[in-house]
Amino acid sequence: MKAPIYLDYQATTPCDPRVVETMLPYFTQSFGNAASRSHSFGWTAEKAVEEARGQIAELIGASSKEIVFTSGSTEAINLALKGVVEMYAEKGKHVITSSAEHKAVLDTCKHLEQSGAEVTYLAPDKTGRVGVEQVAAALRPDTVLVALMWANNEVGTLNPVREIGELCHAKGVLFFTDATQAVGKVPVNVEADHVDLLCLSGHKIYGPKGVGCLYVRRKNPRVRLVAQMDGGGHERGMRSGTLNVPGIVGLGKACELARTELSAEAVRSSELRDLLEQLITKELDYVFLNGNREHRLPNCLNLSFPYVEGESLIMGIHMLAVSSGSACTSASLEPSHVLRAMAIGDELAHSSIRFGIGRFTTREDIEFAASEVVENVRRLRELSPLYEMVKEGVDLSTVKWQAAH
Amino acid sequence: MAYSNKVLDHYNNPRNVGSLDKSASSVGTGVVGAPECGDVMKLQIEVEGDRIVDAKFKTFGCGSAIASSSLATEWIKGKTIDEALKISNTQIVEELSLPPVKIHCSVLAEDAIKSAIADYKSKQQS
Repeated sequence: MKAPIYLDYQATTPCDPRVVETMLPYFTQSFGNAASRSHSFGWTAEKAVEEARGQIAELIGASSKEIVFTSGSTEAINLALKGVVEMYAEKGKHVITSSAEHKAVLDTCKHLEQSGAEVTYLAPDKTGRVGVEQVAAALRPDTVLVALMWANNEVGTLNPVREIGELCHAKGVLFFTDATQAVGKVPVNVEADHVDLLCLSGHKIYGPKGVGCLYVRRKNPRVRLVAQMDGGGHERGMRSGTLNVPGIVGLGKACELARTELSAEAVRSSELRDLLEQLITKELDYVFLNGNREHRLPNCLNLSFPYVEGESLIMGIHMLAVSSGSACTSASLEPSHVLRAMAIGDELAHSSIRFGIGRFTTREDIEFAASEVVENVRRLRELSPLYEMVKEGVDLSTVKWQAAH
Repeated sequence: MAYSNKVLDHYNNPRNVGSLDKSASSVGTGVVGAPECGDVMKLQIEVEGDRIVDAKFKTFGCGSAIASSSLATEWIKGKTIDEALKISNTQIVEELSLPPVKIHCSVLAEDAIKSAIADYKSKQQS
């Protein structure tokens, strides 16, 4: 049987074989602890870690001293938000974020609220984008941090990071951005974009799982953090714990590849993304793009297929590994909080599918995916009482539904 | 999520898909659920005497909802109205081995049967 085609690159990516190859020696021969200062095993490991730090810094326009290694983006987000709010408690207790952020940010904000912080959740527009004027209007004298993602993980919408960063710097407020989905896909430069804190994760950019980092600006302004992990004082006291040397080496290599291949990959994946959309919309009526056509990732396509429920569609297109904003596919039985924040309507959220395109996606994959989607949406619409009603000219919003629950 | 073989069978080969003439006096139509909840079932019956001679459905919903309504039409065809009213959601749960999170699909199918029969009965009174 043919293996399913992987189109879920926003969830995770396979390790690039070049990354794995670079990592391998650090499991066996060069296994030293990067904190061992008294022998060559430690020095070799430390050298490899510093090289990786440089590779990561170069990708985002930072200095290598500004990189703090973590287990991934979730930990980096926790460190940035909790670390800043605790450190700057004297200045204020107000944080600005958006309701379309990743749960790692939203749940950390909830935690901060429980310990006395005040959080403003900006509502994104219908494309998932937050405007700089919304941030400006929400700023208060006691605002210590603005936390807004670079690219949304569900719909791929890009926030106006540079404008927000400029505003924050002008107002003396720290700016954190979750760039997990953005690095390697769109150009990121912490200087030009006025970013003070930024997180990224290895496994989203063809590196290993379990490793990521937090960029912490060292000058103009110098950002200070209260550590969230106490111990041996690694990472300049900001994150204790023996460094994951093979993982860090892999992350470094993944960042180097992301930097050298970014422009070519962005062109290639946006062509495949557009081809997928064209092949689908050529054959099907009522297809709705979730997200922003102008400001978006090159490798993410989130479509809603009204009158077809997402989980049943996923069941039909089982040869494609994709994800849905449908409630039925989530553990919580709630539709995607991002699509809800965008206020596109629960019906569209229930019928949404996210297609993620990546380094190893081929044109044949896209053509096959489009034909699977078209065939299954057609079949399920034949089964759909809603599609029948719409074709009969019924306006579904005027129907009185007998909801069972 | 893993589906039972019976759910997959009904999903891949749904029985009795389609529509009957909802204006006919011998046809009862039930539409239950709501789009924003992610499930809408339309179930129709055609009755001769007190026997259901034909049944059709269309469902917007997950695979379990499609399977529940497909199974419901299969079961009620040939039954009398009184027999059809005795079908309960727990029988559907059992037959399709639905997990707890999908029990509402079977409830909806039972409601659809009852709603179609109620519609048919109200047509006979008027």
